[in-house]
Amino acid sequence: MGISLRIERRAYAPLWLRIGIPLLSVLLSLMIAALMFHLEGIDPLTAYRIIFLSSFGSPKGLSYSVVKMIPLLLCGVGLILAFKANVWNIGAEGQIIVGAIAATWVALFLVPNAPSYVVIPLMFIMGFLAGGLWALIAGILRGKFNVNEVIVTLMMNHIASKITEYLIYGPWMGKTTWGFPESDPFSESAHLPLIPGTYIHYPTLIIAVIAALLSAVLLSYTKPGYEMKVLGLNPEAARYAGISYVRTIALVMFLSGGLAGIAGVGEVAGLHHRLRYPWAISSGYGYTAMLVAWLSRLNCLVAIPVSFLLGALLVGGDAIQISLNLSVNIVYIFNGLILLCLAGGEVLTRYRVRLRRE
Amino acid sequence: MERGSRIAVLMRDITKRFPGVVANDHINLTVYAGEIHALLGENGAGKSTLMNILYGLYQPDEGEIFIWGKKVKIRSPKDALKLGIGMVHQHFKLIDSLSVAENLALILREYKFLVPLNEIKRRVLELSKKYGLDIDPEAKIWQLSAGERQRIEILKVLIHGARILILDEPTTVLTPIEKEKLFKILRHMANEGHAILFITHKLEEVMELSDRVTVLRHGKVVATLETRSTNPRELAKLMIGRDILAPNEITTTSPKIVRERKIPVLEVRDLYVLNDKGFLSVKGVSFSVYPGEVFGIAGIAGHGQRELIEAILGLRKIQKGSVVLLGAEVTNSSPRHIMEKGVAYIPEDRIRTGVVPDLSVVENLILKNYWRKPFSGKLFLNMSLIDRWADDLISKYRIMTLDRKAPVKLLSGGNIQRVILARELSGNPRLIIASHPTYGLDIAATEQVHDLLIDQRNRGVAILLVSEDPEEILKLSDRIAVMFEGRFIGTSDADKISLEDIYLMMSGVRE
Repeated sequence: MGISLRIERRAYAPLWLRIGIPLLSVLLSLMIAALMFHLEGIDPLTAYRIIFLSSFGSPKGLSYSVVKMIPLLLCGVGLILAFKANVWNIGAEGQIIVGAIAATWVALFLVPNAPSYVVIPLMFIMGFLAGGLWALIAGILRGKFNVNEVIVTLMMNHIASKITEYLIYGPWMGKTTWGFPESDPFSESAHLPLIPGTYIHYPTLIIAVIAALLSAVLLSYTKPGYEMKVLGLNPEAARYAGISYVRTIALVMFLSGGLAGIAGVGEVAGLHHRLRYPWAISSGYGYTAMLVAWLSRLNCLVAIPVSFLLGALLVGGDAIQISLNLSVNIVYIFNGLILLCLAGGEVLTRYRVRLRRE
Repeated sequence: MERGSRIAVLMRDITKRFPGVVANDHINLTVYAGEIHALLGENGAGKSTLMNILYGLYQPDEGEIFIWGKKVKIRSPKDALKLGIGMVHQHFKLIDSLSVAENLALILREYKFLVPLNEIKRRVLELSKKYGLDIDPEAKIWQLSAGERQRIEILKVLIHGARILILDEPTTVLTPIEKEKLFKILRHMANEGHAILFITHKLEEVMELSDRVTVLRHGKVVATLETRSTNPRELAKLMIGRDILAPNEITTTSPKIVRERKIPVLEVRDLYVLNDKGFLSVKGVSFSVYPGEVFGIAGIAGHGQRELIEAILGLRKIQKGSVVLLGAEVTNSSPRHIMEKGVAYIPEDRIRTGVVPDLSVVENLILKNYWRKPFSGKLFLNMSLIDRWADDLISKYRIMTLDRKAPVKLLSGGNIQRVILARELSGNPRLIIASHPTYGLDIAATEQVHDLLIDQRNRGVAILLVSEDPEEILKLSDRIAVMFEGRFIGTSDADKISLEDIYLMMSGVRE
């Protein structure tokens, strides 16, 4: 007489399960994190209260969350496109930075004295092109020579960082910054307008939401979108259907990088108003965006709320770091825990566990 | 097998349910020691499920199992092996780079204890001699043929002391000669008191090998018969519930075509193609296919057929020689260019090459023409038109799916094939290349495919058929060639060649 445990594949996952499991997973991760806080000598409830208040609990908190949402949404959507085509763009960080460099160039050197309605659109266009071309290099190497794009994009992140450092320590070092490694500040006309009382640079937000909508349309209703999906899911069938491998991968990388580039423009023209140390601009958004893409299950519309939630999470993490004097690594552990529990929980939507009495 | 033999396996009232389907419905099965028992049924009748239950891979929802008279619960293959039940799978689980003895050592270590290699080699030779298995324990797996690998799988279960053997479609990968050898071995084992169960859908084999046969249909036992008291027609009727014409009653299903005045749709001239490993697998093949005829290439898979077809379609590089389609040279052209000339392709590997399993039925149906007007404009797909067109195809080809948005991977093999056929044939092709089009399909689906092909042929389409089933080739083709080791070793009109001739040539025996 005993109890047997068996794991069987599900035929399909009902909706309540698809929503319930992620929620439960997050709950579980919060409980484990609570244990972690406790071991650090911190009252978990205090920590969570700070996290919640700082990100959701006040209009200010919400606005901070939206600020963080913007680059996450842009990069997230770009990555959804790439991942759908089975192209692993790990280079969003570098593409953000390159977009920021392009915006700086426009603002400080190309049209330094132009009015807003010239500078701002130009910054976005050049940022998109810069990010797109930067990613395209990896795309063409993959398309024509089958070079692994993970390695290329990752390495190009470092290249982008180093170029930025060269610029801010060298030719672009600000004349007015007392030797600090930063560019000169942008003139007022190159500042993106903010929603009053907040730091939300709304032009970028609008572009981000439109990008999400357009990408959803692209994937579901257009020829290139169809080609990306087929190529990503079955390259052999794609070849048979006459879908051009090189062209599709190049397009997807260009779009992916371009969106990240726009995120870079937003950061530099909306928040920092100058080119500074690369990590300060990209802040890991390029990597966190992978989480956004994955959690959204590669659905562009779902990416909108998901990027907001993840933005709130980042804000909360910053907040406990500051008010509780925690190491930044605690925040990484926290984020990692959530991802781990979500990944583990996802398995339960595909399989079911059966207990049987014998 | 004598009457009064012990009962090796008794499965009583076995029921197994999966979401949406009852795979086994109160099944009763008895197998005696010394008997070869065939389990017959169409795809989806429940044969594999039943055997998986016997082998411990599934647990029955209801019912009991008795092995040698004792009631048992088989919770896993380990339990099954302990009870002396061994399964010989269709897909061999052997490591190519190791030797026979080393492979067995790996497996034995899992289940028993460390057994020295020499001991294993000795056992291999001993069992090999006893049952006529003909296995060299030192041989590396990658050197061995499918038949030899299968015999090693048999050896695997014998070394565990299995007295009950389950074989799942054992002859799929065998040449006719290897098949005869297998049958001899199985008969020998039965005479020694083993109980042997084999799953098949091939009627000839049932008649040739088994003592008794159980026919399953839709999860239920339809009949259990003594083989010598029945015949293929009756078995076929039981399997599908209606009468069908036996293959060799059909001579030619078409009027004779006058070929002399017509221009061939496809001309292949002295073609040389490499396989994935870099060796020549097509060695100077030449033939033509005319409109309104079926040109059948018979041959065991792996003799260059796949490479030949891929080369014709532009999916594989042609080293030497040329392909001419409708008078135009298309050697090494792009697949899209060749498709555009009116070529349809029904691939042998349905799931891998033929469809995109995660995409929906409608998304798969438009794979070949999504880029054409009116299915799409410059940028956008014309979804409403596509949906209507897809619905039309779904009803015309009787594709059974919940709706057109369902992912193709949820469909059964037969329905996936219907999707592929619908997609390929709807473009009004001039040439259809069908590669093992009925592989793994049940009788009803097979007939539907055959009917569609004949119908296209009668409309003047040229058809290039590649198949491992000589009966299928004989039934459908107007002209036949047999491919062996990269060459055609016999070409003939269909009515001038016999089934035995084709079988022999497929094994390499030249006229």
